[in-house]
Amino acid sequence: MCGERLAAVHKKAFQLIVDNTSGVLSRISGLFSRRGYNIESITAGVTADPRFTRITIVASGDDEILDQIEKQVGKLVDVRDIRELEPHTSVFRELALIKVKAGAQDRPGLIAVANVFRANIIDVGAENLIIELTGSQSKLEAFLKLLDGYEILEVARTGIAGLSRGVDRVVHIEEQL
Amino acid sequence: MNGAQAMVKCLENEGVEVVFGYPGVAICPFYDSLLETDIRSVLIRTEQNAAHAASGLARVTGKVGVCAVTSGPGATNLITGIATAFADSIPLVCITGQVNSELIGSDVFQEADITGAAESFVKYSYLVRNAEDIPRVFKEAFYIASTGRKGPVLIDVPIDVQNAAVKKFKYPESVSMRTYKPTVKGHAVQIKKVMTELEKVSRPVICAGGGVLSSGAQEMLRQFAHRHSIPVVSTMMGIGTMRTEDKLYFGMVGNNGAPCANRAMNEADMVIMVGARVADRAVNQPEIITRNKVLVHMDVDPAEIGKNAGPTIPLVGDAGHIFADMLEYDTRCDFGPWVEQLAGYEREIAEKRRHDPAYVDPAAFVRRLSERMQPDGIYVADVGQNQIWSCRNFIVRDGSFLTSGGMGTMGYSIPAAMGAKIACPKRQAVAVCGDGSFQMSMMELASMRQHQVPVKIVVMANHYLGMVREYQQNTYKGRYAVVELSGGPDLSRLAEAYGLRFIRLSRPEEMDSAIDAFLEGDEAVLMECVIDPMETVK
Repeated sequence: MCGERLAAVHKKAFQLIVDNTSGVLSRISGLFSRRGYNIESITAGVTADPRFTRITIVASGDDEILDQIEKQVGKLVDVRDIRELEPHTSVFRELALIKVKAGAQDRPGLIAVANVFRANIIDVGAENLIIELTGSQSKLEAFLKLLDGYEILEVARTGIAGLSRGVDRVVHIEEQL
Repeated sequence: MNGAQAMVKCLENEGVEVVFGYPGVAICPFYDSLLETDIRSVLIRTEQNAAHAASGLARVTGKVGVCAVTSGPGATNLITGIATAFADSIPLVCITGQVNSELIGSDVFQEADITGAAESFVKYSYLVRNAEDIPRVFKEAFYIASTGRKGPVLIDVPIDVQNAAVKKFKYPESVSMRTYKPTVKGHAVQIKKVMTELEKVSRPVICAGGGVLSSGAQEMLRQFAHRHSIPVVSTMMGIGTMRTEDKLYFGMVGNNGAPCANRAMNEADMVIMVGARVADRAVNQPEIITRNKVLVHMDVDPAEIGKNAGPTIPLVGDAGHIFADMLEYDTRCDFGPWVEQLAGYEREIAEKRRHDPAYVDPAAFVRRLSERMQPDGIYVADVGQNQIWSCRNFIVRDGSFLTSGGMGTMGYSIPAAMGAKIACPKRQAVAVCGDGSFQMSMMELASMRQHQVPVKIVVMANHYLGMVREYQQNTYKGRYAVVELSGGPDLSRLAEAYGLRFIRLSRPEEMDSAIDAFLEGDEAVLMECVIDPMETVK
């Protein structure tokens, strides 16, 4: 039983539109922790309408858990809309800042790798540099793997933000007020 | 007008007649303003019981119960009461005082982050930052508490907000919430599926939960069940949906339920769960109600559907609306033979519980007591063995049966009975507890006396935490740990101290006359019903 459940675990990205109230993030994260749901990443930012915040949550679990997550989150009074960002009809991006130890002799190699990935060098110090990279999670993973030979001092990742393609699934906030 | 006066005005607009609570500095402006109104304040003796009393009121009136306490420990003491109401979906508005807005977060005297602490037990909560928001916040709070799946809503009001000026008070006529819109009407397509399936099956059973009572749908459920002769069982929270004498009713399901009710669930080829959570105490193994049968799950809370068991036909909506729609169908089924089969089981299955005839039988006691109560009486069962005896043996007529089902909070019965009695002074209110649960709320004997609330109390005395003792008896082979309740008060002297009439029942042959004496007159009585210390529920 347990094994079957484990085998069926997968990830889902949810897009939430929530009221921009003071406690809304803690209400959502509290729900995940008290019900034992796994959260892979969460990003939040104000929408075009300042009364609302868009939150992108990547969660993992089996189908039943993911279904419960959608219902329980949807039930929160502050949550106006929750829907899945389906992989084939959505775009996802994550930003990473990577601080690498790099003396003068390491720099050319690092810059070359960064260029291939269209990453930017945003800070250069005597002993290190900071690389900024935006892309899908797999691109970020691939880039980090390529830096294996270098000493990575710190990594800051934002978590995934996503939007669905096209205009048919856009949440029309005003319309539904 | 200041914020506190606005709060009181909001309560008046909501038709609130009584506030249960306990004042302290941080809620003083509110309590001061209450003096100017006809709203009755009831001083309870510990904050938890303010929520229980409000819960009792809410359950017998269908209105929102209101309680108000101070900041810090007052607010944290309230949490168990809030959690109890949340678990049973009881509509409450809980008002807490808070320290001065500017001091929030600095750990001043009697400061507690109550909206944070209570977060997982409330349907919603507000920390009011601006006195001008008070009318909107209260309007929304009452609306959220009493619609969809009902539940407690917390409003935390800093003392400076209570004292701040409100320039223009206007109570909103309607609620316009962007994000909260519960579905109450069942989907027509799903309802049609249920009716189509009903014609195909031969052994359907309806399992009624607290949602039926919460929606006030018991008459419609009875009508629907009788139209098609569908047997009905209930969860603990659903006791009261069907009259005991009804030939279609087969009792409570679950670990502590009636064997026949469980057998009905197991052998059915269609289970219609309505307003019930499929929680562990009612349905121990969810696969039993899904395997080889059609499971229909109706609930106003979409998150309950599929949480514990995957239904064949999910149906989101309020029980009352759904049954009204289903009664529109011309479909006529007759499951009479299946009902007969279950009635046969009921006769066959003998009670396994052993009972020493030297003692009063608690099961017989509950049957007799509920028979002799006024037909519309309110029976509040506490938590422990007494709860199981009550649930299994209470005879439902037209009265109310209240208990803490989801949370199992000891000490619920006395304050809840008080709240119910205050709301319905003409109805008889009886609280039945054990000697453990009684001692968790016995301080309320004082508030009963102070506010002249004639609740009748039964203490089933076995000098044990009986439910735990029975568990240890079975699981730890009689190695009892911390379940003996010696040192309890002499109840006759306690009754005297609080000016209560006292009855002690210890001999079975005196049971009937003692119950009659207990129920006589609209006055508070304390009855000690001595039972076998080793009595069990199973």
